[in-house]
Amino acid sequence: MSKDIRIRKGLDIAMVGAAERQILPTVQPDIFKIKPSDFYAVTPKLLVKEGDEVKVGTPLFYHKDIPSVYFSSPVSGEVVGVDRGAKRALEALRILPDKEQKYLKFDVPAESAFTADGVKKAIIDAGLWFSIMQRPFSVVANPSDSPKAIFISGFKSDPLACDLSFVLEERKEAFEMGLKALQHLSDGGVHLTFHADSKAPELNLGSARVHQHTINGPHPSGNVGVQIHHIDPINKGEVVWVVDPQHVAMIGSLFITGEVHMEKIVALSGSQFNETGYLWALPGAPMDALLKDRLKSGETRVISGTVLSGTTEGQEGALGFYHDTITALPEGNYSEFFGWAAPGFAKFSNSRAYFSWLSPKKQRDIDTHMHGEKRAFVVTGQYEEVFPFDIYPVQLIKSIMIGDIEAMENLGIYEVAPEDFALCEVVCTSKIAVQKWVREGLDLVREETM
Amino acid sequence: MKIFRNFFDSIKPHFEEGGKFEKLHPAYDAFETFMFVPAHTTTSGAHIRDAIDLKRTMALVVFAMLPALLFGMYNIGYQHFVQLDEAYTFWDAFLYGAGKVVPFIVVSYGVGLGIEFLFASIRGHQVNEGYLVSGMLIPLIMPIDVPLWMVAVAVVFAVVIGKEVFGGTGMNLLNPALTARAFLFFAYPTFMSGNKVWVSNPDGVDAISGETILGSLAQGVSAIGPDAVAPRSYSALDAFLGFIPGSIGETSTLAIIIGAFILVYTGVGSWKIMLSALIGGSLMGMIFNGFAVNELMATPWYEHLVIGGFAFGVVFMATDPVTASQTEKGKWIYGFLVGFFAIMIRVFNPAYPEGIMLAILLMNVFAPLIDHYVVQANINRRLARLKTAKVA
Repeated sequence: MSKDIRIRKGLDIAMVGAAERQILPTVQPDIFKIKPSDFYAVTPKLLVKEGDEVKVGTPLFYHKDIPSVYFSSPVSGEVVGVDRGAKRALEALRILPDKEQKYLKFDVPAESAFTADGVKKAIIDAGLWFSIMQRPFSVVANPSDSPKAIFISGFKSDPLACDLSFVLEERKEAFEMGLKALQHLSDGGVHLTFHADSKAPELNLGSARVHQHTINGPHPSGNVGVQIHHIDPINKGEVVWVVDPQHVAMIGSLFITGEVHMEKIVALSGSQFNETGYLWALPGAPMDALLKDRLKSGETRVISGTVLSGTTEGQEGALGFYHDTITALPEGNYSEFFGWAAPGFAKFSNSRAYFSWLSPKKQRDIDTHMHGEKRAFVVTGQYEEVFPFDIYPVQLIKSIMIGDIEAMENLGIYEVAPEDFALCEVVCTSKIAVQKWVREGLDLVREETM
Repeated sequence: MKIFRNFFDSIKPHFEEGGKFEKLHPAYDAFETFMFVPAHTTTSGAHIRDAIDLKRTMALVVFAMLPALLFGMYNIGYQHFVQLDEAYTFWDAFLYGAGKVVPFIVVSYGVGLGIEFLFASIRGHQVNEGYLVSGMLIPLIMPIDVPLWMVAVAVVFAVVIGKEVFGGTGMNLLNPALTARAFLFFAYPTFMSGNKVWVSNPDGVDAISGETILGSLAQGVSAIGPDAVAPRSYSALDAFLGFIPGSIGETSTLAIIIGAFILVYTGVGSWKIMLSALIGGSLMGMIFNGFAVNELMATPWYEHLVIGGFAFGVVFMATDPVTASQTEKGKWIYGFLVGFFAIMIRVFNPAYPEGIMLAILLMNVFAPLIDHYVVQANINRRLARLKTAKVA
């Protein structure tokens, strides 16, 4: 049964610098930086040491809590450095890539022989299991769980995000194979959702276990959490798995070639780019190589991920494992003389408090200025305008702030992830660190129920 | 602006750790952030933010109150001269009124912000913007002949007991401006009720009757409409435009409507509360009209909306987001009950001719209860879904 979802709450932020539909020439970085911190709530146990030779697909570290889950290397080369931080926490693995990449060959079942256990084992052995995240808690899934269903959001509605309709055209074969494999992992099958306004790719899957839906409405329609909430909401005790489309393609490519190919088509977007576009890149690719000669002058914030939920990487950072967008925004560290009293014809606001309401559809060059300081909750009704869930966002945040686990459960903590609250954080008058609180709440409940 | 920027930067070290005025850092910070939105960038979560902040929101509310304030200044002068039967020009009236009203504003902001700065310094947190609005609201709901020392005492009570004791801006249960007004009402009742204080009468001249329309109605004497018999009576149009005695800012329903429009359009004030309060008040007025046994009950329901502080309270006090209902569904119920009880208190209890103040304070206390049941309905839906999922 296919659903047509319509959401009215949310906000499409019109920003300057959307990525142009062109593939830019690839770069050959001279060093890769693999950061285990990309995998939230995973304590990595190292399997390689400095000086080791690795191939693409060689396990680099495993998940302390789920030892069967490995994380394999996206590049082949020599491990030249193991960086540790406070308390000997593994911060980064530096790998010098080979000129010619060497791939490990994995024994994968043929499409006609796909079974739940066979597919699962193949993904785990290739070290690609991290592609499968779970809800609740938004962490790497546990292979021994039985999820209710698998959800895939076929598009991203974040401002300046990677246009997956463009990407999936290029990666259609791998994406289809990935879907064919993943549908075996759950009795509930796969729920794939595309936006009603964009052309969904023609998929020939010949299968009744992949359900296709459409959703119409502003961001956060592309968030898989919103789609889950409207298709089949998560109840306490249930688990669903979610996979990003380019990771579906990674899994598909594993079953087609028997090798691990973690390359993604990454969008370079944002007003600080001279030229925007798309680039094939591997996770761990260093920012300075990817951004070389591409940025305008002036202080720039380099983000791995989207404007709403990406991480600040800076020029010395690297592309994250889960990210397929690199955003470059101007930094906003200037003080504004009576800024709050200005007419504000060009200021971005979801309210009509500034005269920017005269040009609502105009694309704006938004920088990273906070526009105010942190206060207590004062204004009401703001979060609800951009939060398309049957959940009370402010009451949920307040229950997290006081650590009331029962209240959190009652108010729907199992159904949300920090990214679902990103717009609430953007429009908040009191500048409350909403996503941080939601992450804290999720961690609290996860630790209590483990 | 470079001069100011350099000035703040140069005196900053005195207010930081180790500086001579370290304890007064909140005061320095308040002035600095008033003149300059600080150069802070996002450090966690979303990398961009909406340009709106609490200062902008408060500034918009004060801006929305300006029509009522300016008209009020004129009206104070107008009522004074008309009742004295003296000749006057527009500027005579306006300047007279302004001269009477501005001291209220100075005392209100001076005392109120002084206490806020004190609490911020003692507690070591930033001065919050909440008082920027309350400071303007308090003068607007005062009768003109109230002595300034009383206003000061009321402000102290409102800021300390009404707000700071609960944890400051965002944490209070009761509307601070109404707390000030209620304090004066109960602490100095002979001053606040009766007819002595509503028209500016500095020399205590007998010719001036300070009676408001509601005051007359409470005594069973109609002062509004075609059947009015009071020595000073007004038409409904007078009441709508605001040429009647009353608190400084509450008389002109028209000026208040302009303010309401500004609040609703910019998204700062809740139209749900305003609309439902209007409906609630009208309904109660209609019910009373159906069973009228005295002048107050017989007052046509639409006249109730333009006399007394009903309009001002509904637009500027009931919509205070911190003390009103915080769920969207709850706001409809809250607003309706504010309007409903305001007219009920006004009519049933002649000792409190102004029911809106007490109705809003009452509903402030009940707003958390309304929210509780609204949220509970959501929780029950979730639990019911869990049950069906388990059974299935």
